[in-house]
Amino acid sequence: MSAAPPATGNPTVAPEPGQCPEQHPMDCLSKLENQSIYILREAFNKFENLAMLWSIGKDSTVLLWLARKAFFGHVPFPLVHVDTTYKIPSMIEYRDQLVKDWKLQLVVGKNEPVLKSGVTFPNGKATRVECCGTLKKDGLKQVLDKHHFTGVIVGVRRDEEPTRAKERYFSPRDKNMEWNVEDQPPELWDQFKTDFAKGTHIRIHPLLHWTELNVWEYIERENIPVIPLYFANENGQRYRSLGCAPCTMPIKSNAKNVRQIIEELRQTRTPERAGRAQDKESEDAFEKLRRDGYM
Amino acid sequence: MSSPNGSLAPTEQLKIVIVGHVDHGKSTFVGRLFHDTGSLPEGKLEQLQGIAERRGVPFEWANLMDALQSERDQNITIDTAQIWFQTKKRQYVIIDAPGHKEFLKNMITGAANAEAALLLIDAHEGVQENSRRHGYLLNLLGIRQIAVLVNKMDLENYSQAKFDQIEAEYRTWLRTIGVEPTVFVPIAAKQGDNIASQSPNMAWWQGPTVLQTLDNFKMSELPKNQPLRFPIQDIYRFDERRILAGRVESGSIKVGDRIVFSPSNKTSTVKTIERWNAPASDSAAAGESIGITLTEQIFVTRGAIAAREFAPPFELSSFKARLFWLGKQPFAKGKLYKLKLASQEVECQIEAIERVIDASTLETVSRKQNELFVGRYEVAELTLHTKAPIAFDVHTDIVPTGRFVIVDGFDVAGGGIVAADNYPRRTHDSHTKSNNIYWSHGKVTLQQRELRNGHCGYVLWMTGLSSAGKSTIATELERELFNLGRQAYVLDGDNIRHGLGADLGFSPKDRAENIRRVGQVAKLFADAGIICITAFISPYRADRDLARQVMPEGRFIEVFVNAPLEVCEKRDPKGLYAKARAKQIKDFTGISAPYEAPSNPDVELRTDQLTPAECVAQLLEYLHIHASDTAISI
Repeated sequence: MSAAPPATGNPTVAPEPGQCPEQHPMDCLSKLENQSIYILREAFNKFENLAMLWSIGKDSTVLLWLARKAFFGHVPFPLVHVDTTYKIPSMIEYRDQLVKDWKLQLVVGKNEPVLKSGVTFPNGKATRVECCGTLKKDGLKQVLDKHHFTGVIVGVRRDEEPTRAKERYFSPRDKNMEWNVEDQPPELWDQFKTDFAKGTHIRIHPLLHWTELNVWEYIERENIPVIPLYFANENGQRYRSLGCAPCTMPIKSNAKNVRQIIEELRQTRTPERAGRAQDKESEDAFEKLRRDGYM
Repeated sequence: MSSPNGSLAPTEQLKIVIVGHVDHGKSTFVGRLFHDTGSLPEGKLEQLQGIAERRGVPFEWANLMDALQSERDQNITIDTAQIWFQTKKRQYVIIDAPGHKEFLKNMITGAANAEAALLLIDAHEGVQENSRRHGYLLNLLGIRQIAVLVNKMDLENYSQAKFDQIEAEYRTWLRTIGVEPTVFVPIAAKQGDNIASQSPNMAWWQGPTVLQTLDNFKMSELPKNQPLRFPIQDIYRFDERRILAGRVESGSIKVGDRIVFSPSNKTSTVKTIERWNAPASDSAAAGESIGITLTEQIFVTRGAIAAREFAPPFELSSFKARLFWLGKQPFAKGKLYKLKLASQEVECQIEAIERVIDASTLETVSRKQNELFVGRYEVAELTLHTKAPIAFDVHTDIVPTGRFVIVDGFDVAGGGIVAADNYPRRTHDSHTKSNNIYWSHGKVTLQQRELRNGHCGYVLWMTGLSSAGKSTIATELERELFNLGRQAYVLDGDNIRHGLGADLGFSPKDRAENIRRVGQVAKLFADAGIICITAFISPYRADRDLARQVMPEGRFIEVFVNAPLEVCEKRDPKGLYAKARAKQIKDFTGISAPYEAPSNPDVELRTDQLTPAECVAQLLEYLHIHASDTAISI
């Protein structure tokens, strides 16, 4: 062998006869879709106790749709909804309707002790970040512990927020759910981290490479039902990102349907999570939440 | 961060990685590129300037990408990040990769996902260790389009001579590793020179700006015109169909194609191409995640690679490779590792190390004969040996099945590509399953065993719901046969799960594996001349068919132990139905998991209408008839 990395191979493989001559380049959305399906199938094969987080928002609903693509109309694992009880009420109605229509297995997690104690942001007894920490992060941990989930599929995307831009498709969390962001596993050629120590778990991010715009374009292409909170109401307001009612603000918009949202996003330069108040409590508020195990 | 989307729908997307030595200005360049193309989200610049002011430090463009607090504190990039932007021509995913040697695994993570690269060199510092190492690794990772940006030209008075000197030096080095860069561009990232527009400070430069360089890159094409490689990711049983799921890695596949699975070497024909909520099509090409069904049900598991019979991959247990190592522990001879290639996983070890290379100098690392290992960040040419044969291709022929990673403990610790060599190729009519596994025949023949026993071996396969009476009948029959002087043995579901199947659960996949093992063990018992009675729920038709397939014709007797679910649930001697109803047991056949009744069993026993003794009598009668053509009948 020479020093040059690409060894000039003997062309032992003959070109194959009988292939379709007409080959259209695969469009961008189909590429994203095929990659996500591949990741979901890897996760399903590799994890005995697998669950998918479903926040009822557009991303995890697209993820749910992709799961049905990957498993030919089935969703062969339970969905976990971490319910803070402060969600916008119509989100719960929409959730329960889809569970019925698509025959889904739903596990609802609530941090009952904290809810009972009332130490939450809306009660004025906790900061927004503390409230996210207990109701969402600890709420999630309780569900994972109870059901012994070792793989959790989450619909985060790299373009949402800069620390998420550094994520892996298969991202390990230690016993305390902490994310060791300075020492993440290498991830190459679609070979993922599927070996892990007992007590740790892996977050799987099949939507990581999608943008907000891609998500809406895909919703349009596939005609996926999304919660109407995303569409502008008669006051000219819509939600761009969904969370708890006290910490999520609607944006000014006239986009009344999916097509109009796509047009709006193509023009905007405002970040997606601009309406999410907890991100702004300090310079690294979101990074800290994520290191500690937040979604 | 929001994607500034322009007004065009993204029809094509190109992934670009930014690499180069530490502090040669990669993150700064990305920040400036985004600013100059109007791609920054609203308020982002002001926010970053505000942060810098509060901390009393100068504003840095790099802070756009260096999102981690520890990165901003130290002014370095630790991990790779990705952001999006759009030109008139197409959408770009920009992958920023760290330049420190200790973050090489993050650089590789970023670069392995890219289709083209921009490599930055500081005009003042010139070509450095990681300029060379990254160039070498880009090539090893399979990135063929590389543009070199000579940065910080302002520090060298925008001197053409300096630029020419760096270009000459680096181009020479790249040539030694067989790389021809697409272009060298002089830039000053901090000031925006030659980023989005021609720099007035370098009138001598007639070449493209960075933006033009990006748009000049070609889209990488999916390998549709190569031989078919369809690695099986998983096997699903949905809606009465057995679907082989996977992604077509190269070539194309269509209904009616005769395909061979490597390394098991079994063949079948594509019956359907499966997709959900997509336009129906009888074919699929590289890049598509699909499912297929087969006309003949053969036993295939994850890892098998489907190919056309006339162009299969190699199937060997040793091959030559070029490898990079990232692990904290060295890659050492004599130690076992896990190798992952496409969806195959197999134990491997180093057979021989040809040489270990320092990728920044191309020099051979000298090491004593008794210290055979590849150290962290080193590159090596070596021969790997796998415990079982694996299917692979040479990287220069077919990329996706010509590269692999090595797992040490829980971690991916290295990666590599399969180098060319004179590998023996299996012809499509050869029947040996691999180069070194054969079925070995002993010196006692089946006929001799049958003469000694007075009967031949059988598999009596009892299937039915829990509490249908399988074990009761099986044990009664075993005692009856024993009393008649026959060799008989029961393989019982619960007993097998204590040992042989102790590692398995009750998912469809684990059930399939459990039944596969039982089928194989039963076959060995029958081969030893024993009447092997199996008592397993075995709910899936396909699994039972596989157990039948491994047996000679007529020696597999499927017995449907049939009682209605209500009857079984009423019996419930172990209280399992009650637990399943209370959701304390999941995937319980009949309650929360399906039972596929045999469509054409050899014997059906209605245990709600017959006593166990009557059932045993019926089986003995069946065996008697069935065995009449053998030496001595029962």
